[in-house]
Amino acid sequence: MIGLSHYLILSGLLFAIGFVGVIRRRNLLMLFFATEIMLNSANIAFAAASYYYHDLTGQMFAFFIIAVAASEVAVGLGLLIVLYKKFGTLDLDDLASMKG
Amino acid sequence: MYEQIAFYLFSVLTIGLFLVTVLSKNILYAMTSLAAGMVLISGFFFMLGADFLGVVQLIVYVGAVMALYAFAMMFFDATRDIKEKTTNDALVFFLGGMVALMLVIIFAAPVFSENIQAMYPVVEGVGNAQAVGLVLFTKYLVPFEVAAVMLLVAMIAGIILAGKKMDHSLTTNDDKVISQEDTK
Repeated sequence: MIGLSHYLILSGLLFAIGFVGVIRRRNLLMLFFATEIMLNSANIAFAAASYYYHDLTGQMFAFFIIAVAASEVAVGLGLLIVLYKKFGTLDLDDLASMKG
Repeated sequence: MYEQIAFYLFSVLTIGLFLVTVLSKNILYAMTSLAAGMVLISGFFFMLGADFLGVVQLIVYVGAVMALYAFAMMFFDATRDIKEKTTNDALVFFLGGMVALMLVIIFAAPVFSENIQAMYPVVEGVGNAQAVGLVLFTKYLVPFEVAAVMLLVAMIAGIILAGKKMDHSLTTNDDKVISQEDTK
């Protein structure tokens, strides 16, 4: 029988995958993809908690997470296009203008 | 039985596809596998009885967000493999493994659920979409409106950011021309 902990462990594993992506990637677009993975893993955890406790609050939070992710993508991609037009690259090492 | 088969199949496929997303060198492969993984995640939502959330996941994530990425990809050079300086892969995977281990231990711990009570219990006798609507438009009306305003702001910001200097072609003009006109 699949229980709540199954879904939570799956969500934790997906979150760790996204975390590895955020740490390892230097390309800004790939960083965005990794962020989407982390948001989706949180959504799975919310939906599972909502199902196993018979409470709709988890699904509400998942909706708002989806709304936040959609607006993040809209603004973020606009910024990425501006950055690419200005610098011609999306690599974080090339974009770093402050030497520290 | 079928639930277990579906859960493990979806889990393995999702983890594999997201690993491709994280580790791939090609942006196009990463985006395609991310979209496929999100379709499978909507399968989890359907299994969990959150039908409306699954449909929203399909429409918003797979439809809108991925289409947005695909449009943005026209501005970037998507077919070329990206070269990244990956510093110290061993440390990254060690940290990621530690985070995974920690999260698994936390989530595998027994939950003392006697004190947890449903604030907004699932309404009996109606479908999931109707139950979601009942809660969303009563208890969560203000956050819903705020989210609507936030989406409007994000849309305006996206149009202004991406639409500026849209008449310049990235492929015919070289970057120096654009950056010189920036400084003017």
